Amino acid sequence: MAKAATRDGYGNGLLKIGGNKDVVVLDAGVSDSTRSEKFKEKYPERFFNMGISEMDMVGTAAGFAKCGKIPFASSFASFLMGRTQDHQLVSVAYSESNVKLIASHAGVAIGEDGPTAQAVNDVGMARAMPTMIVIEPADAVEAEKVVEFLVGHKGPAYVRLGRPEVETIYDDSYKFKLGKASLLKGGGDAAIIASGIMVQESLKAAELLKNEGIEAAVVNMSSIKPIDEKAIVDAAKTGVLIAAQDHNIYGGLGDAVAAVIAKKTLDVKFDVVGIKDGFAESDSQEVLFKKYGMDSEAIANAVKKAVSQK
Amino acid sequence: MKSTNSVSQFSLFLIFVRRRENEVCQQKNSKKPKTIYLADLNVFSGIFITTKVEKLKAKAKEIRIELLKLIHKAKSGHPGGSLSATEIMVALFYHHMKYDAKKPDWPDRDRFILSKGHCTPVLYTVFADVGYFPKEELKTFRRLGRLTGHPNPKLPGVEIATGSLGQGLSAGHGMALAGKLDGKDYRVYVLLGDGELNEGSVWEAVMSAAQFKSDNLIAIVDNNRVAQDSITSKLKEVEPVDKKFEAFGWHAIRINGHDIPAIIDALEDAAEVKGKPTVIVADTIKGKGVSFMEGQNKWHGKAPNDEQLKQALEELNG
Repeated sequence: MAKAATRDGYGNGLLKIGGNKDVVVLDAGVSDSTRSEKFKEKYPERFFNMGISEMDMVGTAAGFAKCGKIPFASSFASFLMGRTQDHQLVSVAYSESNVKLIASHAGVAIGEDGPTAQAVNDVGMARAMPTMIVIEPADAVEAEKVVEFLVGHKGPAYVRLGRPEVETIYDDSYKFKLGKASLLKGGGDAAIIASGIMVQESLKAAELLKNEGIEAAVVNMSSIKPIDEKAIVDAAKTGVLIAAQDHNIYGGLGDAVAAVIAKKTLDVKFDVVGIKDGFAESDSQEVLFKKYGMDSEAIANAVKKAVSQK
Repeated sequence: MKSTNSVSQFSLFLIFVRRRENEVCQQKNSKKPKTIYLADLNVFSGIFITTKVEKLKAKAKEIRIELLKLIHKAKSGHPGGSLSATEIMVALFYHHMKYDAKKPDWPDRDRFILSKGHCTPVLYTVFADVGYFPKEELKTFRRLGRLTGHPNPKLPGVEIATGSLGQGLSAGHGMALAGKLDGKDYRVYVLLGDGELNEGSVWEAVMSAAQFKSDNLIAIVDNNRVAQDSITSKLKEVEPVDKKFEAFGWHAIRINGHDIPAIIDALEDAAEVKGKPTVIVADTIKGKGVSFMEGQNKWHGKAPNDEQLKQALEELNG
């Protein structure tokens, strides 16, 4: 199976949509890392490197949008989301500016750079932003499809991408649909609902569980907002839901799933796998995921515990 | 309205003559061409400009009166920074800017952004007067509807929402870059407050506009020297404002922001600058025109009561 990072899917997606003259791409001085440099090489006249100033980038993108452009603005998740909330609220969301925020290097998974670069609260902030949709693709193919989708979607968007290379799950026939989850693996004993890099960990967890006689379904909830309520209702029929996210346990996919459970009064055992309201440190993704209880084994353990309580 | 139109057409003609005159000066590399024809026009243009300036001064007085009534009726709003920016707004919307209030989406229009978004009293009073929306709607200022306390783009003429300081210049620069990309010759005017210059994001935008040589972006600083809490020099001193912008690579012009001919000249000069953005630092008085509001930070965001309004209107009318 081929491997590629979701940020590479962004670069490839930009090349696919680059023919559209309304598309402009902005970056905050990290275009080689976010992969927006691919667009810069092919369409330099529509690429704007705003330097290391994320607030200015988001505000400038809003100005472009107000002149009919479709701006994609990218930086690291920590800085793009952490630093620009107010610009997102006023210049983008409230102003109905058609701006696409593309955040690479999300989560603990970026590893060695440590907590200042490990965005673990960005999904919570993005979800709370009025009118903003939130998408976290599971592989490079999905990321590319999301970029193509966004050109036709009017309104602000936050897309969360990762640095590590991950297994490619989808082939080119995959079509991204906003508000639609995809069932990657069936299973009647439990369901794991995951996004981004945690989809990969969840698939591995499902293998571990299979060896122990537990059939766990794996759902890719790349559309975190709007979320696929029906997919959650269906998955809840197993009696166990585990939400897996590379994010703080507060504010992320887990809270979004919990809200659906409460709203639909679903009768399930539920738990969230993620960073537990604290910070990780520097090391490889594997070491950090293990230490902070976010790897496939931790997901499998959460499933087993919930199944035993059924 | 008809007379205003013919006046502006004639004004355009005169500007053309003045520019031609400049070109002749440049070509001959001399101070002033000794042509009777041009000199005659210059005298005529002087008389005309005096009339025009008188009209704009009268308009500024009218706007001040109306915006105070607006704040009084709503029982809230920001008089200080609205009164300091009145001549700037009048020079832009009754003389300099290219726009059509009946076609707010006209792609070639000049853009205006009120980055100091709390000064909606002057913005809405001007917008209603030039025809962006019916004057009747002013009754809904700060009540349900489009006339929110700070501007939002549901209201025709508002290009983007503001109200959290420090965002307008980046947005304006995005519009300026889009204009260049589309080969359009519109300009983008962004009105900032001096207190607003405390926001670091302003300086991110200042650096960007210099980097991209965005000469179609013009920032105007309403330098009234007073913010909500105190005089700006006691909060975070921003002076020398013009020198700071120059150091960042901008062309800077410093004027008396209540002197209409000076504002008009500065706007015309800014339009001629190539290869860099321009800032017009307009030295103003917060609460200008109302004795008890002038220079007073407590009138940053407070409505006058009945008696105070009466006194203010008497002073303005007197």
